[in-house]
Order: sequence, then structure tokens, then C-alpha cells
Amino acid sequence: MIRRLLVANRAEIAERVIRTARERGTETVAVFSDVDAQLPYVTAADAAVRLAGTSAADTYLRGDLLVDAALRMGADAVHPGYGFLSESAEFARACVHAGLTFVGPPAAVIESMGSKIEAKRLMLAAGVPVLEGVTVAGGAVTDDVAALADKVGYPLLVKASFGGGGRGMRVVEARDGLADAVAAASREAAAGFGNGEVFLERLVVAPRHVEVQVIGDAHGTVVHLFERECSIQRRHQKLLEESPSPGITASTRDAMCDAAVTAARAIGYVNAGTVEFVVDADGRFFFLEVNTRLQVEHPVTELVTGLDLVELQLQVAEGLALGPEVTAAQTSGHAIEVRLYAEDPDEEYLPSSGRLDRFEISPSDGVRVDAGYATGSVVGTDYDAMLAKVISWAPTRLGAARRLAAALRGARLHGVATNRDLLVGVLCNDEFVAGATDTSFLERHPPHTLCSAARDSDDELYCVVAAIWQRLEDRPRSPQPSGIPVAWRNVGPTRQPKTFVLRGTAHVVDISGPHGARRITLDDRPIEFGWVEVTETTVDAELRGRTVRASIERVGETIYVDGTFGAVALTILPRLGVPDVEEAPGSLHAPLPGAVRRVAVSAGDEVAEGDTLMILEAMKMEHAIRAPRDGIVSSVLVADGDQVQGGAILAVVTAPELEAA
Amino acid sequence: MAVLTTSVRSTDDRFAANRDGLRSLLEECDAQVELARQGGGARYLERHRSRGRLMARERIELLIDVDSAFLELSALAAWGTEFHVGASLVTGIGVVSGVECVLTASDPTVRGGSINPYTLRKNLRALEIARVNRLPIVNLVESGGADLPTQGELFVPAGRIFHDLTELSGLGIPTIALVFGNSTAGGAYVPGMCDYAVMVDHNAKVFLGGPPLVKMATGEESNDEELGGALMHSRVSGLCDYFARDEHDALRLGRQIVASLNWRKLGPGPTRPADEPLFDPEELLGIAPVDLRVPFDPREVLARVVDGSRFDEYKANYGTSLVTGWASIHGYPVGVLANAQGVLFMDEAKKATEFIMLANQTDTPLVFLQNTTGYMVGRDYEQSGIIKDGAKMINAVTNSTVPHLTVMMGASYGAGNYGMCGRAYGPRFLFSWPNAKMAVMGPEQLAGVLSIVARQSAQAAGRSFDEAADAAQREAVQAQIERESHAFFNSARLYDDGIIDPRDTRTALGVALSAVHSNVVEGRRGYGVFRM
Repeated sequence: MIRRLLVANRAEIAERVIRTARERGTETVAVFSDVDAQLPYVTAADAAVRLAGTSAADTYLRGDLLVDAALRMGADAVHPGYGFLSESAEFARACVHAGLTFVGPPAAVIESMGSKIEAKRLMLAAGVPVLEGVTVAGGAVTDDVAALADKVGYPLLVKASFGGGGRGMRVVEARDGLADAVAAASREAAAGFGNGEVFLERLVVAPRHVEVQVIGDAHGTVVHLFERECSIQRRHQKLLEESPSPGITASTRDAMCDAAVTAARAIGYVNAGTVEFVVDADGRFFFLEVNTRLQVEHPVTELVTGLDLVELQLQVAEGLALGPEVTAAQTSGHAIEVRLYAEDPDEEYLPSSGRLDRFEISPSDGVRVDAGYATGSVVGTDYDAMLAKVISWAPTRLGAARRLAAALRGARLHGVATNRDLLVGVLCNDEFVAGATDTSFLERHPPHTLCSAARDSDDELYCVVAAIWQRLEDRPRSPQPSGIPVAWRNVGPTRQPKTFVLRGTAHVVDISGPHGARRITLDDRPIEFGWVEVTETTVDAELRGRTVRASIERVGETIYVDGTFGAVALTILPRLGVPDVEEAPGSLHAPLPGAVRRVAVSAGDEVAEGDTLMILEAMKMEHAIRAPRDGIVSSVLVADGDQVQGGAILAVVTAPELEAA
Repeated sequence: MAVLTTSVRSTDDRFAANRDGLRSLLEECDAQVELARQGGGARYLERHRSRGRLMARERIELLIDVDSAFLELSALAAWGTEFHVGASLVTGIGVVSGVECVLTASDPTVRGGSINPYTLRKNLRALEIARVNRLPIVNLVESGGADLPTQGELFVPAGRIFHDLTELSGLGIPTIALVFGNSTAGGAYVPGMCDYAVMVDHNAKVFLGGPPLVKMATGEESNDEELGGALMHSRVSGLCDYFARDEHDALRLGRQIVASLNWRKLGPGPTRPADEPLFDPEELLGIAPVDLRVPFDPREVLARVVDGSRFDEYKANYGTSLVTGWASIHGYPVGVLANAQGVLFMDEAKKATEFIMLANQTDTPLVFLQNTTGYMVGRDYEQSGIIKDGAKMINAVTNSTVPHLTVMMGASYGAGNYGMCGRAYGPRFLFSWPNAKMAVMGPEQLAGVLSIVARQSAQAAGRSFDEAADAAQREAVQAQIERESHAFFNSARLYDDGIIDPRDTRTALGVALSAVHSNVVEGRRGYGVFRM
């Protein structure tokens, strides 16, 4: 029996595991890096251990520290969550050696599935359909490799042999792109997983990504818990998952689930795992990999089966046999999960960081929220930017989609940019509703179209709402009596237009007029308005013949408006901005905070437009800083390894004629 | 406290006549204000704008805090004169970075913002308001200096502007100049005399003599920038403390300077509940009389002006032609003196004297609501010493040191104007309703008096009296006095601080009360209160 469980993870999944542990009466120990000390999961646990440092490598990837923490705290088991060390055989082994129960499959299983090549070999042997592939070690493309790639066929996919989550993955359309892609993937794989080996695999066009949840106990029972479809992905990262899959027939489902069980049995699988498949347009499916851990998207399965997968994981780890509720599990209804990220889909998914001034997603009937953050939490740049998973259940797929969209629309998410509008746009998209969800869905429907579909066409009226609200908000700052009418003039109308920036566009609101003959214009167009009710936190008004209810909050120079027309963040443009500080023309800025890597130039170098000057690594992504034009590097202000703030000047490239002058 | 009731019926004829009369007066007023707002006219405005410059009022709107109140003063200055209405200067009380300030802004579209005798009066009044109420002053300067054709009326008294600016500084009242354009010759002393000077790059021109004058005086060749550009004054002469890149930057710097003044008001804040009156201020339009011969009850006005319509009347049954009592406006306690029947008798004068002394005992500001035809005349009154009683009241008003605010609601004739704290008695602010009339006496009376005097003089000299000529003369005099007692005429001459819509009375007094509390509010002490 597990009495005290150390959760070797952070944020959402740590909180998720702690919740089940608490329900079953198992004590919990959380671990936290320095930047995570304030996250809710730390206090949700019975005890918490600090892992000094901020980077994953210094904290959540330090198996030795985690085992030590478990021993010191008297824990008898370790739950690895997902990511980090969840699929590290070495860590699983270290736990067992230290006398701890590792909540997951045996180290040998993890090991065999950790190599995708080895996994494929095993599957092939067990009779599970797989795609042909070629391994490339060392990141260099030799003639042999090129020849083998030709055999696999183009387009093909370059993947890290020891990775996941889309990192180190490249699509190669033709032979001439192979060398670059292999080199880049190998570099990312080496940086991310400590091993630069990559492999090439045929790319299935218009594929669906369908996976089967399996679970096995220590007594030889292995069963499946049906499938999840995870085809909607951005940059090879899952964004939306659902069960059942809308894109496969019942016979495909049965065949796939059977294949998954076969595969799991073949490797002696114990505990919860996932067998991933790619399904082509004709319904043929091929084995991709086995994830030897709890998946991010496990709640989808929980909602359709009514099972608690973490509870089952713990039972299995305790040596208990799976009961009939598992072995004879049935599904009911439909569940959909979306991953709410701190990122801006309009800005190429640029990660967003900062304080969550408000983070409220109200759970409602059929809606579950697995969040790792709360109001006041700080979203940093050190780890994955997923804020929460929102999962809905309904008897039908359409019902689940509607519930989920409504929950997202009603959420109050202030402080960082999120992909909420994108998610709502997907859930309401006709093709999505029709079930046409192959992995290129987001290529067919670019983020900006999905986002704008999710937004009310009238949401610029929120600028008027904000201006009305500000009239009340400004009052306490005045030395004049509070009963003096706002913006009162005894001679002529008030002329104090307010400017708000909504998604990069400035809107000017002018409220003027004495003695009740008030006039409101938005960008010089008169706005008809009826009654207006303002409180410290809300505005109810009739604008352009529509009734608006909105909750409002101001943080610094941002006004957040949530209400009838959706949710927006408005930036208050100062009336009298500080003039731009003089800056050398040709200055290159850091697009976001991060670490400088591989500075390729030094002052005086000649560069051509598009040359990569350096790499800025942030949020697990590599951003190339390129020369904006042909010219000369007049200065480089950073060095390898420097941490820089977003907007910092990294280097200056001057046009040759300027340099000459 | 006692709560006022009303007997105003918005359906009766007099109410309707007043309301219609007031509305048309307000329309006239608005039309004049609009003229002032449009400055020198479309052509000059366009030219000014095309140079990327802001209008005087636009500068003010950007300088004051967002959504704060702005009380503009003397908008009708120079009305009916040869000069443009508004006198090419905008003045008022505004909140800058949380500090109530006096603002002055020259209107460069009206004859280059040049100063005429009315501009001067308006400017000096603004400086006076800054001094007596201890309000920082921000001058938004862009003026070509004196209007030369009127220099004879201007040159000598205009020196007072610089005198007053530096006097303010001496009193610890901050003075700030934001120079947007010309500020030359005498005008150069405005930034020169202010504690802080901000100048806009390329636009500010601050010098004693421009290139032509320098050429004439010494033969030296020079240009505007080297004589008085913002950059030069920032780097070389040091006259400019803050170099502004453009107009917006200058306004931002102005706000920054005020924010750093570490300013504290010395008077107490509002201490009473500031609930709205129980009765609709809209009805003031029907209460304000167009025909000044018809008296009205000032309690009807108070019921629409003071907090919660609460009014504790003092000596309600004594000297009933003057209403006195305690109330509050926007939370500030005030004592009120309001004419009820127009005429001031002995009892009214004595009651006023006592009441003013009481207010001084308790450091309570006073509000005078004028509708007076003056002190009573006649044998009995003269023999009973009406002059001595009137003198007591004028003495009390003069030597009272609590802030006084005066509103002209109707008639203001004779020494009643003085006793009820007219312009000469230094009220901190004085506003007129558009129906107000002010003169030594009513037009009819004045014409009649002149006629009687002429008739007597003719009789004494044994001349025959030309009745027809007298009638024509009477008519002409009456028309002249009628014109000269008109609110616009008096406002044009800075005999008030502006005409207000009667419905704005509560707000205007609230803004004014808040401003006067920037200074210490302290009554005169010495003798106790004399029972008259």
C-alpha cells in the first residue's frame, strides 16, 4: 500500500495526481523549483520540497534530487506525471533501487519503448502494423542515408529517436531539404533529450492521430480503455483531444484497440500507457509509439469511461488486480479536451509570460478544469506554457463541443495572451463539427480565421464600455468633490478622447456633451446608446441597439473586459506618450525573453539579408535572429548564454552606405 | 438639519416664461462662447493646425486629468468690444496630475494671441485667483505680445503680469510656463518669471528682441533659433528647464512638473454628506427671473443647490428680506446670505453683519446669492441711520477673511452690490446667471432720476422744460443703462468670473469651494461677535 506519494512533477498534472491521492487518503509530497513556489499545487500537497534552481535541468530533471526528497520526506512511492522524467528508465530504476514504488511501467518496458526504432521492431514482431523508418546517428546525412531516405519516400518526417512532444521534428518535402532538417532535428534532440539520434519515417498525408489507452496490472491483465483522437495539433503539439474518435469506423476502432492490447502484452506492459497510431484517409492505421506514462489528455478517457486513471495507476502500483469496472469498461457520451496555452496564436504562437491577474474558468455541468495556475500565479518562460486543460462531457459530440466553447468564452483570463479564441474557433468550426479533423486542420484553418470567428464582430464596442467605465474609475484620483459630474465643463463640450489598443489596432472613443446631451463616438462614428449602468467592476449598457453586460478590471495600463461580446484586453494608450528613445537604426530586438545561443557574428562582419546572426532560445523554441538586410554588423551587445529581456537590443546591423557615411 | 420644501410649480405661466427667457439667453451665451471657441476663425485655425499645433482648449484638455472637471472663467471677456470675444485667452481652474491649478492659455489664432486690455484684465484676474486661493498656475504661452494699437492702455498696467507671477513664487505658489510658440519682448518674461519653463523644440521663440529689432538696434545679424529657440535656451541660456520635442511632450512635462510639486491643500476637505439636492436643478431655469421686478424666494434656489436641500436658517423671522443660514455644498460647510425681497433694510443689514461675524468665528466660507435693488431709501430710513447699518454690513463683508463666493441671480443695484460682496469686495469667485443685471440703479429709475434733476434744474433757472426732449432723453438713457447692466456687458469687463447656466450653480460652486480650500480657510478674530 502506498502511504505517502511524492509527485515528481509540477503545475497541472501535479495538482491532478494530488487530487486523487487526497481522495483516496494517500499523503502527498510536492516538489517545486524556485519559480514555481507560489503555484497552487505546492500548497495542495501535504508537504513540499524545494528544488533549488529554475531550469528543468536543475530541478524536475534531477532524478537524484527527487529520489533524495522522497526518501527524506518518508515517501514510499513516486508518481512521475508526464514529461520530465516520466519516461526515463533510469529514473524508474533509481526509484526502485531506493526502495520506492515507481508509479508506471517497469524500467525495462520504458527502455524498450524509449527507442522508437526498438519499439517498432518489437511491434513488427508482434504483428502490429508499422511504418518503415531509417535511423540517422550523429546528425550527418551520408549518401547511404540519402539512399535509404529515398526508399522511405518523400515527404518524410525526421524525428528525434529519444524525444517526443514535437521537439526535434521536421517535415522534409524533397531530398534537397534533408540535410538541413536532419541537422536541425539532431541539434534540438541533443539539446532536449541528450541524444542527437534521429530517424526518418514516411509521412502519412492528411493523417489522423488516434491513440489507445491501455492499462495492465502486475497479474498479467492488460486491457484497453478505448481510443482518443488527438489530430488537431499545432506544430506537432496536441491542442484538442476527444473520445471517441469521430474519424474511424467501429471496425477500425476494434482492430486498433485489439492491436494496442496485443502490443502492450507483447512487451509485458504494466500500469497505464498509450499506444499511438497514425490513421490514413482510408482507415489504415500504423503504430507510431508507446507512451509509457499517463497522457496529458487522459481526462477525456476518464470522462467517457467514468474511471479515475490516476487511481488505477496507484492501485496497479500497489499490486492490486484490475477490477471488473476496468476489464469490462464501457464508454458513454463524448468528451473533448482543449489545452489552454499562454501563447498568442495571432503572433505565430509566441509564448506569453507574466502575472495571471485573473484566472477563472468556472466549472459547470459537464465541464472539468485541470489547471496548474490560479489568479496571481506567474507564468514563466522556463517550462511548457500550458495553463490548464478544460474538458467537457455531453451525451453527444456536438453537445460536448458547445459546452466546452461556452466554458472557454466565459473564462476570465487576464494578464497573459492565451489561445482561448483559437480553441473556441476550432470548437465552433463547421469542419470540426462535421468531424473532419485530420492533423492538417490548423493549416487549412489558419489561427487568425479561427480566432476572428470566435470573436464578436462588435467587440470594438468594448472600447466604449471601457471609456464609460474609466469615467468612474478616474474619480478617486481627483482632489475635487466626488459629486462633481465626470469631465464636467461649464463652457462647451468636453474633448478628451480616449485611445485603446485592441489586438494591435487603436480605437478612439470620445464622450462629450454638456447637460445630458451626451454624444459618444468610436473612431469618429457616432455610437447610439441607451441606458448605462456602471459599477466598480461592471458596465451594463445598450450600445448600437445591443445590450452589453461586461465585467471589467484594470491592471496597470490594461483594461480587461469580459462579457456579451467575448473577452478582450485593451491597452490604454497614454495621451501624452514619452517620445521614443533614440535608438540606432537597424537595431535587432529580442522577440521575447530568453537565452542567447550560438552567436554567429561579431562586430564588423558583413552579413546578407536573412543570415542567422544568433539563436534566441525561449520556451523550448529556437528563434533565429536574422539580418533584416544586407549590411555590416556594427555591434553585438550579447554573448552566448546571456539571458535577455523581451525587447532587448541584441545587435545592430547597419546598411553599408550608412557605415560608409 | 432642516430640509427645504418647494412651492415651485413647473406648470405655471411665470415658470414657463422664465424658462423660455433663460433658454434664449443661454442660447445667446452659447453662441458667443462658440465664437470664442472658434478662435480667430477657420482660416487661422487651419493655418495653425497645418503647422501641427494645438488649439488653446485642446492644450488644456490634454494638460488636465482625464475625466476631471474644468471650470472655465470669463469666457465672454471682451464681448461686445472691438476685440474678439474671449479676449484671446482661455483661463480656468483645472486638475493637473491631481492638483487643482489655475490655467491660462493664449489663443494664437486670434491676432497671434496678442494681449489687449481685456486679455490683460483676464490674465491679471487669473493671477489674482491663483494668489488668493493658493493655486499653482500653469501658463500655456503662445502670444505675440502687446496689441500695439492699444499699447497706451496696456503698457503700464501689463507690467503687473510679471510682478504677480514672481509675487506668487514669493508666496510659495508654483508658477509654470509651457511655451508653445512666440513669447517675445515683454512676453519673454513669462517663462522668465516662472519657477519652471518648458519650451517646444522649433516652435518656442523666447527673446526680448527678434532679428529685425536686433538689426535695428545694433546692426547684428541673427536668427530666431539663436536668439530664442528651445534648444538654445535649454543648452546655452538655461532659461528652459525642460526641453520638449513637441507640443504633446510639453504637456506631458507640464503634468510631470505638477506631479512633482508635492502639493498639499491647506484647507480642510469636505466634511458633510454630499448628497444631491432633493429637487431638480433643471427647475432653476424656471425660478431665475427674466423680469427682475418680480421677487422670488431664494430658498427655492438653495433647495436645488445645497446638499440634500438641507438648510438651517438663522434669524428666520428677523430682517426677512435677507435669508441667512447654514448649509453645505458638495460636502463643504457654507454660510449663505441670499436676498429675498430685493431691498436691504436696517434689520437685514444688521442680520448680515452678525451672520458674517459668526461665519468668521467658525472658519466657514460664505456664499452670497445676489438679487438686490439696494439699501432702502426714504426719510424714516435715513433718520434711523440706514447708512450706519449698511456701513456695518459693508465693513463686515470687507474685513471678513473666510472665502466668499458670489452668485448674481438677478438684480444687483446700488450699494447692495457692495454689501452682498460684489466684485469690488474681492469674492474668491463671482458667477452670474445670464439674466443678471448690474448697475448703480435700475435703468428706469436712473432715467427717471436724471429727468427729475433736469426738470428741477430747469425750474430753478426759470427755463421752460421740453417734455418731448425729456421723453426722448429718458428713453435713450434707459436703453443705455439697460445695455450696460446686461450680464454679458459686465462679464465682458471682468466684473464677474463668467456667466454660468443656473443649472450648473451647484457644480460651479463645488469646484470653486474645492479650489478655495487649497488655501487656509480662516476667519477674522479679534472682537467677539457684536449683537447688533
